[in-house]
Amino acid sequence: MAEHAIGADDEIDLSRRKFLTRATIATGAIGAVFTAVPFVESWSPSERARAQGAPVDIDLTKVEPGQMIAPIPVWRKSPIYVVHRGPEMIKRIAGHDDQLKDPHSEQSDQPAYAKNPLRSRTPEFLVLVGTCTHLGCLPKQRFAAGELYPSWPGGFFCPCHGSRFDLAGRVFQGSPASINLRVPPYSFPTERTLRVGADEKGAA
Amino acid sequence: MAIKTASGAPAQLPPAGRPSAGQRLWAWLNRRMPIQGFIEDQLTGYYAPKNFNVWYFFGSLALLVLVVQLLTGIFLTMFYKVGETSSFDSVEYIMREVSFGWLIRYLHSTGASAFFIVVYLHMFRAFLYGSYRAPRELLWLLGMAVYLALMAEAFMGYVLPWGNMSFWGAQVIVNLFSTIPGIGPALVEWIRGDYAIADATLNRFFSLHVVAIPLALLLLVALHLVALRQTGSNNPDGIEIKDRLGPNGRPLDGIPFHPYYTVKDIVGVGVFFVLFAIVVFFVPTLGGLFLEAPNFEPANPLSTPEHIAPVWYFTPYYAILRAVPDQRLGALLMLIAVMVFLFVPWLDRSPVKSMRYKGYWSRLWLTLFAISFIALGYLGLQPAEGLYVVLARIFAVIYFLFFILMPFYTRFESVRPVPERVTYHAH
Amino acid sequence: MRTERHAGRIALLALAALAAAALRAETSGPATGRTAGEEEKPKAGGDWQHWHANNDVTDLPSAQRGARNFVSYCLGCHSLKYERWSRLGTDLGIPADLLQKDLLPPGDKPLQYIQTSMPPADAEAWFGKVPPDLSLMARARGRDYIYQFLKTFYVDPTRQTGANNLRLPTTAMPHVLSELEGLKRAVFREETRAAEGGSSRELVFDHFETLAPGRLSPVEYDRFVRDTVNFLDYVSEPTQTARRALGVWVVLFLLVFTWLAWLVKREYWKDVH
Repeated sequence: MAEHAIGADDEIDLSRRKFLTRATIATGAIGAVFTAVPFVESWSPSERARAQGAPVDIDLTKVEPGQMIAPIPVWRKSPIYVVHRGPEMIKRIAGHDDQLKDPHSEQSDQPAYAKNPLRSRTPEFLVLVGTCTHLGCLPKQRFAAGELYPSWPGGFFCPCHGSRFDLAGRVFQGSPASINLRVPPYSFPTERTLRVGADEKGAA
Repeated sequence: MAIKTASGAPAQLPPAGRPSAGQRLWAWLNRRMPIQGFIEDQLTGYYAPKNFNVWYFFGSLALLVLVVQLLTGIFLTMFYKVGETSSFDSVEYIMREVSFGWLIRYLHSTGASAFFIVVYLHMFRAFLYGSYRAPRELLWLLGMAVYLALMAEAFMGYVLPWGNMSFWGAQVIVNLFSTIPGIGPALVEWIRGDYAIADATLNRFFSLHVVAIPLALLLLVALHLVALRQTGSNNPDGIEIKDRLGPNGRPLDGIPFHPYYTVKDIVGVGVFFVLFAIVVFFVPTLGGLFLEAPNFEPANPLSTPEHIAPVWYFTPYYAILRAVPDQRLGALLMLIAVMVFLFVPWLDRSPVKSMRYKGYWSRLWLTLFAISFIALGYLGLQPAEGLYVVLARIFAVIYFLFFILMPFYTRFESVRPVPERVTYHAH
Repeated sequence: MRTERHAGRIALLALAALAAAALRAETSGPATGRTAGEEEKPKAGGDWQHWHANNDVTDLPSAQRGARNFVSYCLGCHSLKYERWSRLGTDLGIPADLLQKDLLPPGDKPLQYIQTSMPPADAEAWFGKVPPDLSLMARARGRDYIYQFLKTFYVDPTRQTGANNLRLPTTAMPHVLSELEGLKRAVFREETRAAEGGSSRELVFDHFETLAPGRLSPVEYDRFVRDTVNFLDYVSEPTQTARRALGVWVVLFLLVFTWLAWLVKREYWKDVH
């Protein structure tokens, strides 16, 4: 036993060694990825968060034409703007498509049933997620025509960076926001009840 | 082959031996930080005795469990809400409503027990082969410091779920300090920050458990490894491999830690994880040993659980505490039972290190000690009555005699001759 | 082969054996545990301390019946404050419309936690203490405990509730299931116990005597209790079925990995002489 502890041996098969090493490393890597899953997954909304983010029912009987529901209801920790648009307001949505960034809501985020000029299921009720698509501030109501400037057709104005949206939540050119205000999934379980967060496809 | 550049001149082909992008990055890094040097120095250039046996898995496994505890602990802290009124609820929130929260929590609670299993086996290895003997006394002391920090860490961690056992365990352990003459009662009040175990206590234990003690643990483990690197590992024969160097200046009985012990330790890791997973997925409470049933009831200062016992890793000491009819003496003996390990390097006077070459008395006493440690652990889980107390007293005496008599039986027994070279049979 | 190496292997084996033993203890009651419910034996209930719930959380119909039992007989006083109705529905395979129709109290929403409608102050006034939340009872006290508790109520005129219990003597809980189980009397015998300074006589439970049958036969009542325990077992750890299912794959994967790692180790260690 005078020789060194380590020495090459005739029967050593280096290719087998290499193969087994790689197979073990690959298996270990797969294991590491699997191990990461529960840790990554634990960050997604918990059952509690999802329960709190469940669809909310909003009573529509108390909102007069021309008004937005106040206090602002909340769905999934986001303010929900519900505007009862009268015929006169609906008229003011048309006629300025050329001033909009995305008049046909091609780039914007809304359910299929809200991908229309009024961006709503029914003409009179506009339902929007009330966070500016620019950086998340809450746009203010500027519903009266000419309130911001003479040609202003009425809509929303974000105080943070000056984004402007019309009465269908569509963004005007010259605003930092690049897409229209988001429309959440919603439905009308009864004629005068709005359910935000659920539609025919089920709960969001 | 004619490659032209934009200017029309023939392109300079890269010279044959030009380093790849990866090699260049590696060189770039190493010019700025001695990564390669560190690896060569610590792994491929670190020669460990070739005759390690199964007992030598537990050091690397302890490091592994530390990593598991840090990782799962970091994630638990993201969901846990410390507070008298929120702790218990938030643990149930983790168990039920956080995705895979139950898994992370069971990994952590099982990891706590696994840590002690591994550390106890690691310490027993030191007793078997005299790993605490010169020149490794400091290595042993640093290891003991890790063990003490671990006990504090585990105790405070057990309080955090704020179950009824958390509460009463904290109550009993903290009250131990009241036996210190003079300052005891004031000290207990200071530790609790209230007139009973309460929100203030829970909050400070949380801070210590997730920040202070883990930092101390990491530092102590690093120092433990630095000391290990300096002295090199002992081995089952208790021979210094550095005493027999080959012509290349490497120990004749040593092999590079990497790849030989890395590939071997990974097998140990695999076996460990199989056992660990069996507990985590099939018996996370291990019949009340790893998670005690009364801790599924919220802390109730007005109702002591019918049968109160600490988690198994503290029960040997707890049994000693209860075996003594006098409160102050019991607490003192418990303290000594823990601290006596610190003196072992100087209590062992044997001319040889390894149990392989020690005499029959050493073997007998180590066996008796191991039996009494396990027996005390069992008795600490039982109610303190009748035969259990008598047995606890007997085993406590054996426990202490192992240490007290060590200078004598190790010095005067006849030992077997130690071979020149380590014993190793290639497979 | 060195002896201490043996010892190491033995330690590992012992650990594995411990795990296996505990596994058996956790997943089912001991095989020897005699199933209770054979109330017609001469000493009915004499062995109540050895009764086991022997329930099976993977038996969804049983857990569903248990949920219905809970809603009908327990929810009046006890909450399951960590369990949502919707979670219960998903885990036990109860469709949303059935959940709403059969289980949910009027006015409660599926996403709410299961809460009793009894105000704690009233409970305190009526029973002297607030009835405990049962979310974790099966883990804190054990399934057998609940099983024995629900099967050892007996008539005791000295108690305010008219009932007493062997598992939890002087319990504040009335025998709410008496309508189903019927009424039974506990017969005690006197036993002499050696005590310090002579002997003392004390009453020891001997057997039950049926006073009046209930709506359910003994076998049906036993199933009723077992289903209820099964449901509470599920509620105490709703993830337990998923836990065991995932564990099988994890252990198999780790075995493959360990086997590969061992092959690598064996290859490399051919260098070592």
